[in-house]
Amino acid sequence: MDTNTLQILWFCLVAVMLTFYVILDGFDIGAGIVSLLIGRDQSRRALVLKSIGPFWDGNEVWLLAGGGCLYFAFPTLYASSFQGFYLPLMMVLWLLMLRGISIEFRNHIVSDLWRPLWDKVFGVASALLAIFYGAALGNVVRGVPLDGQAEFFLPLWTNWQPGSDPGILDWYTVLVGLLAFATLTMHGALWVKLKTEGSLANDSRALARLTAALVLLLTGAVTAASFSLQPQIVRSFTAQPAGLIFPALAVAGLGIVFLRQGDVTQFLGSCVFILGMMTSAAFGLFPYVLPSSTQSGLGLTIQNTAAANYGLSVGLWWWIPGMLLAGSYTWFLYRRFAGKVQLNSGH
Amino acid sequence: MDSALALHRFHFAFTVTYHYLFPQLTMGLALLIVILKGLHLRTGDAHYNDSARFWARIFAINFAMGVVTGIPMEFQFGTNWSRFSKAAGGVIGQTLAMEGVYSFFLESTFLGLFIYGEKILGRTGHFAAACCVFVGSWMSGFFIIATDAWMQHPVGYKLGPQGEILLDSWTALIFNPWTFWQYLHNMIGSVVTAAFVMSSIGALYLLQRKHEEHGRIFVRVGVLAGLVACVLMLFPTGDGQGQNIARYQPATLAAMEGHFETNPAGQGAGVVLLGQPDVEKGKLDNPLIIPEALSFITYKRWNAQVKGLKEFPPDQRPDNIPLLYYSFHIMVGLGTLFIAAMSWATLSLVRGRLYTSKPLLWLLFLLAPFPYIANTAGWMTAEIGRQPWLIYGLMRTSEGASMRVSAGNTMFTLLGFMGMYALLSVLFLFMIWREVEHGPESATPAPDALPQPVPVIGD
Ligand code: HDD
Ligand code: HEM
Ligand code: HEM
Repeated sequence: MDTNTLQILWFCLVAVMLTFYVILDGFDIGAGIVSLLIGRDQSRRALVLKSIGPFWDGNEVWLLAGGGCLYFAFPTLYASSFQGFYLPLMMVLWLLMLRGISIEFRNHIVSDLWRPLWDKVFGVASALLAIFYGAALGNVVRGVPLDGQAEFFLPLWTNWQPGSDPGILDWYTVLVGLLAFATLTMHGALWVKLKTEGSLANDSRALARLTAALVLLLTGAVTAASFSLQPQIVRSFTAQPAGLIFPALAVAGLGIVFLRQGDVTQFLGSCVFILGMMTSAAFGLFPYVLPSSTQSGLGLTIQNTAAANYGLSVGLWWWIPGMLLAGSYTWFLYRRFAGKVQLNSGH
Repeated sequence: MDSALALHRFHFAFTVTYHYLFPQLTMGLALLIVILKGLHLRTGDAHYNDSARFWARIFAINFAMGVVTGIPMEFQFGTNWSRFSKAAGGVIGQTLAMEGVYSFFLESTFLGLFIYGEKILGRTGHFAAACCVFVGSWMSGFFIIATDAWMQHPVGYKLGPQGEILLDSWTALIFNPWTFWQYLHNMIGSVVTAAFVMSSIGALYLLQRKHEEHGRIFVRVGVLAGLVACVLMLFPTGDGQGQNIARYQPATLAAMEGHFETNPAGQGAGVVLLGQPDVEKGKLDNPLIIPEALSFITYKRWNAQVKGLKEFPPDQRPDNIPLLYYSFHIMVGLGTLFIAAMSWATLSLVRGRLYTSKPLLWLLFLLAPFPYIANTAGWMTAEIGRQPWLIYGLMRTSEGASMRVSAGNTMFTLLGFMGMYALLSVLFLFMIWREVEHGPESATPAPDALPQPVPVIGD
């Protein structure tokens, strides 16, 4: 395969892996927010946790595997963005840690102090994580002040304006953060509705409805802001109108959430919505992967960050069988633990 | 040393050392759990199954700690070592990504099944899930060791036009000669940890006179696995590692042995048992030396010449020689002690006296922390020995850090990790203590729990 095809192929593979991460870990992060918002008593929160019990760790592996592939296929992008986003990434790490231990340690001890404490930690860490992820995506779309060596470092905030000297947080990235929060809450609520019965399922349905409306509103606002802040998006979609298929997917997904009733259908609708949003962002920036907020010539593209040809092609040889295996275990796991969860049953 | 660089180094060293406290038990215990499940399948004795369940609970807590402390490791290559990642990511990213794709998926999926699925999987299914967790964690070890081995002894690369490091041969990367012994030594080191922890809890139960059936199983499995593993640590795996160092990193060898002067021709170099290196004066205080042994161990000839540290220019020598020297000697010293202790325990087991021998049970109980010390010391030997190189012979540690991240920001996150890990340690110890207190007795006996005589060696 020639260099260009290989680079684009790996860009797509990494993008798909990270999108899978958002969809899969997204529902368990969302479940955390659900537990915070409507997990009124201990048994309801236990049920929420049970619905993600066997899955959450595997979901998180998509981040590690996707991140690993990003690392070897686009080393300059990995190096540049991880250094530049040092502070928020460290905070993401702390939140991931707090979430992980709150899920794993909660059930080991029966006590009226222990469990509510970990439930709170789980909920708050999940909510913050959703916002941080959204803000991170917002940073990528807006662009960062890269120097000629593909390096930058962003403080947490400067003047809250997405200008040439931005911080991680400005009004635009916060807006994207809120959209991510609403999206994952909807996604998580649809998952909980799918996996549980009774009052919890009913309340989740109501929460999903509410947040879906919020998602619709925020998507409109974020789309408008993105088009005005990032000229590359306009260029991409005018150059290749076929790319409109991606935003169309997002619209279709959200449509399903609004118009259909089935548990599985609605949840899949929300998956399609996330897929559409992520691919739209990737397509809109293409061939940039991290645009510059100062001079567009300094932006990082697929071409100037990719590893050499040999590495990319040898990577395919292990990636394809590896992902087939990984996909089959994932499928097996979800099949094995399909169906509604109840307290005090086998699973 | 520039303080941002020093902080980046300490940041990484601190987090990885802490992380490795957990995987070493995970990997070793995965093997021992497979053994316990296998014994249950073969004998039908429910005590083995209770034991496997008990250790699976410990495993789950430990695994969670490994996961939450492992994720930061993956990130830190970029956040703290971004110049290094930019230069070498195309090579070491391969093995790190393979670790994600091949082992983390396997491990996390089957751990879920193993922990939650005993009822739905049935006996053989549950055994198979345990095997998958074992394979996943040992593959995980392989890929990360292959990554580290490449930094110790880079192979299969070529330099690009701007000096960037490009992958040239994937097979060379995977079959790096350094990986072979490092992998075996390290994995067996994790079995040492798990075996010592298992026999320690068993000894505790026997001393407390509770859960005695299970206590005997723990002691028996722990001591036998422990003895085999300890011996393998010394030979052939530890020896094999030493040979690699002699061949590829001679300055490291000289520093870790405290070997300052090249031995004169015709007279072998000795192995230092005790002594304190005085780096300024270039000599060893209070030496206790086995003559000619070092020459023999490294070159299998009693009078071979081993280059002394003074022959290497200062900028090629490891930068913290005393710590390197002590780490290595602590590892080897403890290794020798472990062999002695486990041989004694095995002898007594065969004679049927172990379960009632107070002094031996106390010894087994108290030994548990020491494999952790030995493993950590071993890693410090490897990593400090590699200095001043980040990739041996290719890139210096000072060239690899994230230059745009200031000392203040690094300090902030380092303190954050320290606080977080202090909290995690307390929680972890508390949870493990609760499990040990609760014990392995199953509340409701499993349907196949027919009372059967426990086969006890020498009983
Ligand atoms: C239970 C733990 C344990 C024990 C008892 C030993 N080791 Fe070890 N050793 C390790 C755990 C370890 C380790 C943590 O697994 C290391 C660190 C890096 C590595 O690959 O393995 C290691 C590294 C390591 C190295 C390489 C250092 C480097 O790369 O610079 C050598 C030469 C030895 N060992 C030799 C020995 C010998 C001769 C032992 C005698 C009994 C011994 N080890 C016991
Ligand atoms: C789990 C076992 C490990 C331990 C205990 C360990 C320990 C250490 C220590 C003590 C240092 C500091 C050395 C110094 O600055 O003088 C260090 C540095 C480092 N190690 Fe390791 N290490 C381990 C595994 C690894 C692995 C598997 C890799 C690579 C894949 C790795 C890569 C590095 C890097 C990049 C540094 C920073 C550069 C440096 O200061 O040398 N380490 N490690
Ligand atoms: C710089 C070095 C390292 C990195 C980047 C790293 C990365 C990680 C990550 C991301 C996880 C979590 C996986 C999950 O979600 O399931 C993990 C867990 C694990 N790591 Fe590390 N690790 C490092 C050092 C080591 C070393 C030296 C070993 C052993 C030789 C090791 C063995 C394991 C194992 C067996 C697990 C499984 C989970 C557990 O043990 O709790 N790691 N590691």
